[in-house]
Amino acid sequence: MGKKLMRACLGAVSLRVFFLFIVFFAPASIFSQERIIKLATTTSTENTGLLDAIVPQFERLTGYQVNIIAVGTGKALKYGAAGDVDCVLVHSESAEIAFVSTGYGVDRKRVMYNDFVIVGSSDDIANIRSLRSASEAMGKIAAAGERIAGSTGNATVLFISRGDESGTHLKEMELWPQNVVFPRRGWYLDAGQGMAQVLIMSSELRAYTLTDRGTFLALQDRVSLNILVEADPRLFNPYSVIAVNPDLHSHVNYRGASEFIQWLTSPGGQELIGNFKVHGKQLFYPDAVGAE
Amino acid sequence: MIRVFREAFSLLFSGDAEVYFLAFVTLRFATFSVLISAVFSVPIGLLLAFGAFPGRKPITVLISGAMAIPTVVIGLFVFSLFSRSGVFKQSTILFTPTAVILGQALFAAPVIVSLTVSGLSRIDHRFSETMFTLSFGHRRRYLYIVREGTDEIFHALLTSYGRVVGEVGISMMLGGNIRWYTRTLTTSIMLETGKGNFTRALALGIILLVIAVVINSALLLAAAYAGQDRYVRA
Repeated sequence: MGKKLMRACLGAVSLRVFFLFIVFFAPASIFSQERIIKLATTTSTENTGLLDAIVPQFERLTGYQVNIIAVGTGKALKYGAAGDVDCVLVHSESAEIAFVSTGYGVDRKRVMYNDFVIVGSSDDIANIRSLRSASEAMGKIAAAGERIAGSTGNATVLFISRGDESGTHLKEMELWPQNVVFPRRGWYLDAGQGMAQVLIMSSELRAYTLTDRGTFLALQDRVSLNILVEADPRLFNPYSVIAVNPDLHSHVNYRGASEFIQWLTSPGGQELIGNFKVHGKQLFYPDAVGAE
Repeated sequence: MIRVFREAFSLLFSGDAEVYFLAFVTLRFATFSVLISAVFSVPIGLLLAFGAFPGRKPITVLISGAMAIPTVVIGLFVFSLFSRSGVFKQSTILFTPTAVILGQALFAAPVIVSLTVSGLSRIDHRFSETMFTLSFGHRRRYLYIVREGTDEIFHALLTSYGRVVGEVGISMMLGGNIRWYTRTLTTSIMLETGKGNFTRALALGIILLVIAVVINSALLLAAAYAGQDRYVRA
């Protein structure tokens, strides 16, 4: 009898606890849809901690909540095209222009830039250190990779590619000299992962890779890699912010997106970007003011 | 949705070399890891089911609990062991099939052990006791228990196989998702989703599903023909 009663009580209590859980963990979005801005952005802005440093200021100022979805540029734009997000912050000029000209995005604004660098372990077997041209350096890596694959030495030359259609991957594809052949197994590894993971893999395998300077500086302490090639104008890496076209997807939070874009490109937002430092080094250079 | 299924089947039968390679790598990793894991997990399960030593119960409970260890934790553990800043600095197994198989074998172990224990405990305890009274040696006793519990052990291996085929954390972290080398169906699904190719991701998912179900049922059927497996006959 007592057992039965206890079981009934337990049942009632656990049901109540269950509902409490549901209420407790229900996404806030159920309650206030238009106070939320969904921002799809690249892993480089998230991994470096830039967004964590500046977005809370915007949230405090405006009362919006910015939900950041950090993916590659390719996927960020696809999310935008599907209307799954309100705003994108990406870096791939040609893909951005296509995104706007096909009508998926509006109000594209330049925000900031950083640059790409080629990194590798200090032994630098392909001997690319301080070459001026990134393309030439990558050609040398390919040549060394082919040469060493043919011999039976212990040393290996490896290049790890993002392989995920991110902005960095698109840049890498642009930089390879025309005549390079990519072997299925050999010096070229297609990892299909984010920048931080690829840097860690490169460090472990003593491989070369192309990275944005921001992510590299943020991870510098944890990887044994060095900047080998930098400052080639072709390694320039501009970021833009684009609102998702509200005429195409009526449900997107265009007002929130516009406010976010305005703030990001305002002197206040630009100053925050310029002041953001990792290990005392500036990662992103604001360039919205004065640009079109 | 129909389009996705059509794409899945056209991928499966189009002779897309990469899809076959992904499936092959996935199965190779799972097969090796489960077999390697079985070498130490089944004996442990046997000991826990029929051995007599202090702490048997708590250890059994602990190992059952270990089935809940997430794959990423195992991945992280093995990674930190073999990383250049880890315990075995000189090792070069990170981002190779060896690392994945090692991780997956660890992942499969608690599943195999605890399913072996619970499977074998269904065998009448008098069976073991009778042999004891007949003054059979330990080795002979265990041999007969294994013969009696073959179905249960086989079922434990199959269950762990299904879980290993579908895991992604270990393959990603320890294999590095390297194309034509350590990329599996699951890590490939992650990548295609990451690229926004949802159709291809779903198609690969369906292929993974088909492979897992077909292989598990085929093995169960084979067992049913070979012996009298209760999981099929019932």
